[in-house]
Amino acid sequence: MSSDPDAGSGEDLDPNFGDYGGQFVPEALMPAIEEVEDAYRRYVLENEDGFMDEFHRRLRDFGGRPTPLQYADGLSARYDTDVYLKREDLLHGGAHKLNNALGQALLARYMGKERIIAETGAGQHGTATAMACAHFGMDCEIYMGRTDINRQRPNVFRMLLNGAEVNPVDVGRGTLKEAISETMRDWATTVETTHYVIGSVVGPHPFPRMVRDFQAVISEETRRQILDREDRLPDSVLACAGGGSNTMGAFHEFVASADRRSADGSSGQRPRDDDVDLYAVEAGGSTLAVDEDAGVAPNSASLSTGTEGVLHGARTKVLQDSDGQIVESHSVSAGLDYAGVGPELAHLVDEDRVRPVNVDDDAALSAFHRLSRLEGVIPALETAHAFAYLEEHADDLGDLVVVNVSGRGDKDLETVIEESTERGVAEAPDMSVFEGAAGTDPHAGGDR
Amino acid sequence: MVLERAFEDGPAFVPYVAAGDPTPEATKRYVEALVEGGADVVELGLPFSEPIAEGSTIQSAIVRSLEGGMTPDRFFELVEDLDVDVPLVVMTYYNLIYQYGRGRDGADDGGGSGDGTETGDGAGSGDGAGSGGPGVEPFVRRAAEAGVEGIVVPDLPVDESDPLVAACEAHGLDLVFIVAPTTTDDRLDRILDRVSGYVYVQARLGTTGAREEVSSHTAESLERLEHVDLPKAVGFGISEGDHAERVVRAGADGVIVGSAIVEMIEAGVEAGDDPGTVADRLREKARELKDGAVRGAGGGTQSRNRPGSQPK
Repeated sequence: MSSDPDAGSGEDLDPNFGDYGGQFVPEALMPAIEEVEDAYRRYVLENEDGFMDEFHRRLRDFGGRPTPLQYADGLSARYDTDVYLKREDLLHGGAHKLNNALGQALLARYMGKERIIAETGAGQHGTATAMACAHFGMDCEIYMGRTDINRQRPNVFRMLLNGAEVNPVDVGRGTLKEAISETMRDWATTVETTHYVIGSVVGPHPFPRMVRDFQAVISEETRRQILDREDRLPDSVLACAGGGSNTMGAFHEFVASADRRSADGSSGQRPRDDDVDLYAVEAGGSTLAVDEDAGVAPNSASLSTGTEGVLHGARTKVLQDSDGQIVESHSVSAGLDYAGVGPELAHLVDEDRVRPVNVDDDAALSAFHRLSRLEGVIPALETAHAFAYLEEHADDLGDLVVVNVSGRGDKDLETVIEESTERGVAEAPDMSVFEGAAGTDPHAGGDR
Repeated sequence: MVLERAFEDGPAFVPYVAAGDPTPEATKRYVEALVEGGADVVELGLPFSEPIAEGSTIQSAIVRSLEGGMTPDRFFELVEDLDVDVPLVVMTYYNLIYQYGRGRDGADDGGGSGDGTETGDGAGSGDGAGSGGPGVEPFVRRAAEAGVEGIVVPDLPVDESDPLVAACEAHGLDLVFIVAPTTTDDRLDRILDRVSGYVYVQARLGTTGAREEVSSHTAESLERLEHVDLPKAVGFGISEGDHAERVVRAGADGVIVGSAIVEMIEAGVEAGDDPGTVADRLREKARELKDGAVRGAGGGTQSRNRPGSQPK
């Protein structure tokens, strides 16, 4: 069939991260997953045919890498600590997602697959995948929950503009969880010609590892840049966490460097890599409690409150009821609205290497406005969670802090205006300039 | 074991029903009707919230069942309540099996007749993937107690199956594996090493769902399995007696029919039909499918005593 008989001839990669990971998918998909694993090993890990060279060249020329590490004057003054922003919002497309989408679309090309499918939550991964496919001239179909389509319209337009087909998913609450399930169903049918570009460090092995490796460029650059600027490593790195791809991207080099250094016994930097505190900031939603009867968790804090379970191909921390039914998550930010999380993050949390923390919807909305005002950077609502944590705990984070600005907030403007007004967010700008304009008051203005 | 014997008297008809769709009482009547109509094994779906291998028909059934309040405990009560003389197979997703032993402190007292498996503390995370947690054994034990004869897990490839294989062996249950059109020879060997009961031959790529035509993959897949001693049951897309006939003629020992059955249940729910009326229709459909299968084996009419009638 589609698998090369020599596939898997090399040394087997460990599909697990401690107790987490694995490959829990229908048999029909396993040969394709083995094929992806083989391609990952050859092209990504061994740079066969110069794959990684081409990947980095395209990230530079098409994506605009490296992204800046910017000193944040406003925040640094506010918290009396040095704060740097890793500006992934400046990557082409406006979010870190392109790192992975470009990598996987390129990999699919090397594998000879012509059709790409992907799920998307906030639409950032969908737009990144659509862009990458347009860049390479590949067919692209995106699955997106109906709820998310409605709250992320600008991104849907962008996908359409890049020639992708957008398939609405009406099952369940119509968010990321349902979109992933539906994309897996498509893949089960089309696996021989199609590559599934998973958008985060989730899913069956080798996806969590491979997506992490494509995103690791974030922390590789950050580590180099901060050493250039400050001649030391940061005390803390903050990144928001939904599925966890920007999180793992922002953390990986600090984890890997520590491992390498302990392996070769060299003294390394100060603080040492393993003293850099890594904060995964989750969406606390409205509350951390799970409503068993309704099957709803009004949050997306799988690392903070989830329990070990199997979802979308991997064993990881998930939001579930006592029977093991996955409960509906919630977050004001579509990109964090997911009941699971990458298995490696779950493992790093158990190992006490990554600290799982969370902030609620209101704090994230306030942080959205604060960063916009203080730094002239409008962050994605996802990203705003990391800044909300900084606001609440700046004193505990040391003297040198890096926050990963995983994406920009243009896509969230409609949501933010609506939610800020509804919740009376204090930091929100005065919107009275709109009074009397069409849309807010039907009796005035509009038709002149 | 028991499952294998269900295929001994000629081609078997294996319907699938989502347990609790739309109520446990209705499922009981439907299963009994299907057995009266000729079912030789019944696959009972224990609904999971993320059924990634199912097409839209069975997804909807799972939603109805979950909305009706179906849980693993109620599922086993339903199984105990069923009065049929054919083997029952539970079809469910791995997380439900994996979670069953957790947070059920009471589930472990009494009857836990020393098969040596540790019972974990059932609490907290990070204790269970390896060997510390309760793992899959409590589910299998409860299934065996309730009278289930076999398990199918669509999201459990052979690669991750060792714990479940061991638990099934310990409790005398069969573990059915799915062989897909994409399954490589190497993978097939590993599956055949572990499968028991019957081999579930997936007729075509994709998710479950009724189709007009029977896939050309089917004959090819059956040919690859010719040397296998276990019965081969073909599923995915069979909806009519003629399909069943063709699949059996191509070498299958049984036909698995899910979506076509579930569609009839769904139609009954939507029309507000009495469960008894729906049961009558299911009995008829079962006869059609069973007769088709028997025709495929060379028989003219339904018969449960046609040993050795399979085409080679």
